Amino acid sequence: MAQASAHGQGQQHPIRLYLVVWVWLFVLSACSYFVDYFQVQGLLRYSLILLFMMLKAGLIMAIFMHMAWERLSLVYAILVPISAVLVFVAIMVLESDYTLLSRVSFFVSGT
Amino acid sequence: MAEQAVTDTTHTYPEASDLRSIAADFSSDRQAFRNVSWGKAMMWIFLLSDTFVFSCFLISYMTARMSTTVPWPNASEVFALTIGGVTLPLILIAIMTFVLISSSGTMAMAVNFAYRRDRRKTAILMLATALLGATFVGMQAFEWSKLIHEGVRPWSNPWGAAQFGSSFFMITGFHGTHVSFGVLFLLIVARKVWRGDYEHQRRGFFTSRRGDYEAVEIMGLYWHFVDLVWVFIFAFFYLW
Repeated sequence: MAQASAHGQGQQHPIRLYLVVWVWLFVLSACSYFVDYFQVQGLLRYSLILLFMMLKAGLIMAIFMHMAWERLSLVYAILVPISAVLVFVAIMVLESDYTLLSRVSFFVSGT
Repeated sequence: MAEQAVTDTTHTYPEASDLRSIAADFSSDRQAFRNVSWGKAMMWIFLLSDTFVFSCFLISYMTARMSTTVPWPNASEVFALTIGGVTLPLILIAIMTFVLISSSGTMAMAVNFAYRRDRRKTAILMLATALLGATFVGMQAFEWSKLIHEGVRPWSNPWGAAQFGSSFFMITGFHGTHVSFGVLFLLIVARKVWRGDYEHQRRGFFTSRRGDYEAVEIMGLYWHFVDLVWVFIFAFFYLW
């Protein structure tokens, strides 16, 4: 993972690597567009959207942003705090379920 | 025990890529991110804080959408365009996605050529990146004016839940602002590369510091982050 030598004279990777990643990002974007174009619905739609999203984000971060070659302590310092976002998402999912329940039981039926 | 302690302190941790190296870095009582320049580390920390900003926007959008009793407008239809008599769903957003990904590709190659000290190619690729970024912002301006023309406002819209407008303008507006500032900084750094500032040790106009080609990589980190955020906006706002 951590190639210390890569930092001395900066990141040196063949241009081919970037072109391959570029093509992959195009393919993955096209795939996620076709999920909508062919109106894939239900659980398959959400899992495909998330899958293509995570693959694209992973490629951009690992190759384009050079995280695959960064020192591990920097990688962890950036990636670990992001897990707090997932906790926040979980809290707000519970909260919005509760809000929806209140709205349905107190407002919608009353009208 | 004492001997053990002595050998431990003299033991210089090798470039091990495991949790032990992280513990060693953070407990080393000196610069934690070894071999990482302050500029790069600070850009990463800024990007982390920006991640939280965009996360808050997307989470508030999620909360609004999950808790409303009114149906959410169908993004596939709202963002459809009719080109030559054929109505294509989300086509403008798809083109914007491809434009932004292409700009990320040119930026990645610009970083590569910068470390090879190829000033000409670096500057041209950075200008191409800026051009693609400006194209993206232009298409976003077109999308905004189309939606405003159709009656979308932050407080109402013709198709359903009122929060659609506020979420849309907030999230895409903040992202578009990031792209616009990115274009501005790309042009500034491209000019410096073209002029050879990083080779002649010319001092910067703002900080009066001497830069080096790592500035291109740091600029690249910001630009790829803007692309990264768009990946999430595309998935959660437009496709979901």
